[in-house]
Amino acid sequence: MPTVESSLHGIMAEFNTPEEVLNAARKASEHGYTRMDAYSPFPVEGLSEAVGFHKTRIPFIVLIAGLFGAVGGFFLQYYAAVIGYPLNVGGRPLNSWPSFIPITFELTVLCAGVTAAVAMIILNGLPMPYHPVFNVPAFERVTRDKFFLCIEAADPKFDQAMTENFLKSLHPAGVSVVEK
Amino acid sequence: METIEHTAVYEQIQPLIAEGHDYGSITDKISSDVLEKKTPKSLFLAFAVTFSLVMLLLFAVVYLLYEGVGIWGIRIPIGWGFAIVNFVWWIGIGHAGTLISAILLLLHQHWRNSINRFAEAMTLFAVACAGMFPLLHLGRPWVFYWIIPMPDTMRLWPNFRSPLVWDVFAVTTYATISFVFWFVGLIPDLATMRDRAKQKWKKIVYGMLAMGWRNSAKHWHRYETAYLLLAGLATPLVVSVHSVVSFDFAVGIVPGWHTTIFPPYFVAGAIYSGFAMVLSLVIPVRKLYHLEDFITTRHLDYMAKVMLATGLIVAYGYAIETFCAFYSGNRFEHDMMINRMFGPYGPFYWMLILFNITLPQLLWLKKFRQTPWLLFVMSIIINIGMWLERFVIIVSSLARDFLPSSWAIFTPTKWDWFTYFGTIGFFLTAMVLFIRLLPMISIFELRTLLPSSSNGKGQHN
Repeated sequence: MPTVESSLHGIMAEFNTPEEVLNAARKASEHGYTRMDAYSPFPVEGLSEAVGFHKTRIPFIVLIAGLFGAVGGFFLQYYAAVIGYPLNVGGRPLNSWPSFIPITFELTVLCAGVTAAVAMIILNGLPMPYHPVFNVPAFERVTRDKFFLCIEAADPKFDQAMTENFLKSLHPAGVSVVEK
Repeated sequence: METIEHTAVYEQIQPLIAEGHDYGSITDKISSDVLEKKTPKSLFLAFAVTFSLVMLLLFAVVYLLYEGVGIWGIRIPIGWGFAIVNFVWWIGIGHAGTLISAILLLLHQHWRNSINRFAEAMTLFAVACAGMFPLLHLGRPWVFYWIIPMPDTMRLWPNFRSPLVWDVFAVTTYATISFVFWFVGLIPDLATMRDRAKQKWKKIVYGMLAMGWRNSAKHWHRYETAYLLLAGLATPLVVSVHSVVSFDFAVGIVPGWHTTIFPPYFVAGAIYSGFAMVLSLVIPVRKLYHLEDFITTRHLDYMAKVMLATGLIVAYGYAIETFCAFYSGNRFEHDMMINRMFGPYGPFYWMLILFNITLPQLLWLKKFRQTPWLLFVMSIIINIGMWLERFVIIVSSLARDFLPSSWAIFTPTKWDWFTYFGTIGFFLTAMVLFIRLLPMISIFELRTLLPSSSNGKGQHN
């Protein structure tokens, strides 16, 4: 990668509607760009697929956490009631599993739920105090009413002039260079 | 898709967001209410009153810790008294928040987007109030950790066969998941606040809380997955929590408690009282902050209908409870019901029927569902009614148990009332701070309600 461009994060185009940014992302993808990201004030159906993001591991991670909660929760109670502090209540079995179901369930939900949130935050790379896209002054409207598509300098096809021209051909409301 | 057709049909009646709004205007209205708008005088007044009640709570709790639970009106056989009445009442109120945020999300009820943030905050604060009561009722709250399973020098473990231990797990899980759900929902809006804030310190505070969220499409993808999973997990959770609360009673053998109808009827009652509380809060706040564009009469109408429906389930619960008491042929159950209706607490029972069953039938009339002040009055009536329900179940059952020689009458002391009103003050103080400091309507979810946001397949959630 040429040294001039290493001070760049990418080039960003601004759009006014979700349809426009979705189209732009699809066109960029058809054009052969692979390293890009889109930004929108609310989740836009199909936009993440259009920028080449298809699958997240979150459901699998949450499943594992839920199973851990279930097994761990039951074992906790089993250990306490059978091994740690066996209490003979009228000759009833120590492993009185039906009574252990509510807490097993609660701990399943607790582990799975907390993991879902934490996994989302970590996989998204948050907390991230600094990110180059915030260098674009217009970008603060991404949390208001504007939609953005950023083709990143890390893309093998990236070339500052050509990419800029390409983005301009999509009729954006504006194009800006994103400094690192 | 069917849901979209539904939305289209409803939109002819009344849109979920008033005409003339776009992404920008929604964002500006809700964010500037926090960032720019001068705090309304009435909010200061509300804070003054509610915070005084918090001080009352503090006073009552300090004296309780000094003197012991004997300052309350609880006397054997009525060991549960106000503390447990209030616990069940508060936790029930919380349930509407989770219903609105999780169950209505899974059911594609888009109108929830205007009220879910508010309702979730309400849940959080209601659960905080609920949690105080069993702790204070312990008598020695400072050893509450004995109920947490951990190896200790006494070599004791909690008895996991007891519904009271289930309760601890259910309520703490519920509080944790409610907080996580609420905070995850807040992240994109905190980023909005960060970008709208003009003062540097506000930017820093909201920016730290938003953790660098930048509305990336990839992030949204994971976000929606996680949010949906959380909703899917919170849905059975909310049903389980009040079921477990009802087990506290149903697993016991006290007449009037030992019945299988309790879990469903408690859950319905919880949602009933919760929607009533949402309405009691939303109606004044909507007026104070001029949110009629986002929380329309259509929203109020829907909430009133949910109340009506859950109220009827509660009515069915009362009917079956009464029927079974007589049909069972059990002498104690039979006497308990006669005593509940015509005994020393009889007036409260009939008041409860009036407040919870009879008066809410007015909600069949459109006028009562769509006139804010009438609905407000109705919601207060239902809140009182649901409190009376718990009072009647707990106190009238305990006051006359199996042995007439041990019968007694429960009289709440001023400390019972101080603690109760104190928690109401705590709850409202927290609500006041919440609407002052955070966007009380989910901005990003509201954006998806605009017709222009539906691209191709339609709206988010």
